[in-house]
Amino acid sequence: MKTRDLLIPLLSASVLAGCATTATTPEDPWEGMNRSIYAFNDKADRYALKPVAQGYQAITPLPARTGISNFFGNISDVWTGFNNLLQGKPGSTLTDLSRFAVNTTVGILGLFDVATEVGLEKHDEDFGQTLAVWGVPDGPYLVLPLFGPSNVRDAGGLVVDRAVFNINYAIESVPVRNSVAAVHLVNTRASLLGAETTLEDASLDSYVFMRTFYMQHRRSEIYDGHPPVQKREDDFYDGSSLPAEPVALLDVYPRGMFDLMLVSPEPAVVSPEPAADVQNDK
Amino acid sequence: MIKSLMCALLTVVAVQAIAAEPEAPDAMVKTVMTDVLNIVKNDKAIQNGDQKRAIDLVETKVVKHFDFAHMTALAMGREWRNASADQRVALANEFKTLLERSYSNALSQYKDQTIDYKPFRMQPTDTDVVVRTEVKQAGAKPIGIDYQMSKTADGWKVYDVMVAGVSLVTNYRDTFTQEIKAGGIDGLIKSLHAKNAAADAGKK
Repeated sequence: MKTRDLLIPLLSASVLAGCATTATTPEDPWEGMNRSIYAFNDKADRYALKPVAQGYQAITPLPARTGISNFFGNISDVWTGFNNLLQGKPGSTLTDLSRFAVNTTVGILGLFDVATEVGLEKHDEDFGQTLAVWGVPDGPYLVLPLFGPSNVRDAGGLVVDRAVFNINYAIESVPVRNSVAAVHLVNTRASLLGAETTLEDASLDSYVFMRTFYMQHRRSEIYDGHPPVQKREDDFYDGSSLPAEPVALLDVYPRGMFDLMLVSPEPAVVSPEPAADVQNDK
Repeated sequence: MIKSLMCALLTVVAVQAIAAEPEAPDAMVKTVMTDVLNIVKNDKAIQNGDQKRAIDLVETKVVKHFDFAHMTALAMGREWRNASADQRVALANEFKTLLERSYSNALSQYKDQTIDYKPFRMQPTDTDVVVRTEVKQAGAKPIGIDYQMSKTADGWKVYDVMVAGVSLVTNYRDTFTQEIKAGGIDGLIKSLHAKNAAADAGKK
């Protein structure tokens, strides 16, 4: 689980990128390839990681899971602090290192997050965010095998994260090292159980939904949760209220018609007006 | 005796005067969230994933504070101008059903988190505000949930929710654009309808 394992998918990614053609947004020129990797990740999760995480959740009481999350979170506070320093936020670095000091001692090797209780707020930084603060652009969207949504800059950041700051360096014994990595992975996945139901339920196309989510979320993280408010220049709502009752919908679009549309291979053209509107606009 | 009567009368007048002003946005968010989460906390059926009950709760307590037409318009972006009045009604209704279901789903995940209401300030002339809250959970970074609201004739209405800096409405923009590109606005209505119908069927 070192840099080499990451470089292989990255290299194959750039090779495969040449074949992809189905791009629909400028941020995702490699959509075809990304979708394949997304589908692969989904399968790997469904048949391997998720069942294991469910089993783990069933046998591990919540306080134990919280303790394990805290343990790994405590170690990552050091790397977060270093990245905050690189981003020119020494004040945050001080908080991060104080957190590490308090939680490692009073919090018994990081199992208890005492620092939050005393008002030292947790931050989340990684090298991808540091690169962003230094002005490196996102680059194309990229789905990494097993690691999931990313982009070219963050994938590079991830390589540095794993290469420079890796708990594995501190562990001599291979079985112990592997167990720690496995517990970290499964524990993280268990904390996200339920999230995929929301994703499936909320989205028409979970790939697109996840992509937009990742891009928005990263932007928020880069700005430490306070991204500059984007102007709603694309808000074309004119304030005219719609009929409140769904009855109105039934009058206009009878349910039966939808069912017909769903069954028929070629959807019936319900209303030709929009096309005319488009022409008028131009 | 007369004095206490006067007092009672004055109180009635005062209460009416307050009622005429629409409820302040931050107070509204707090009242609704406290109310809804209290119900969820004491409802074993919702906690065990009874989606119909959760949706009923959302319908009676939450929906009236949301402006679904505005949310749909934002998710559509410039395509909103190309939609006919009928299509707008259809879109808003299907989108509402979709959001209701996702929201009720999220509610059933609620356990022992606490909600922090951030200090809120606004000018009397403001018509567009953001009410910030934070969900705190043991052993995890707090998650910011912000409600973007606008003042309408019918009081303050939420038209976007930002979870951890991610706009719920904007998150649908790319999906909607893609669907419209593939099948026009009617194609999008159809996809939304199919999604809702499938979720409906799965529930039974």
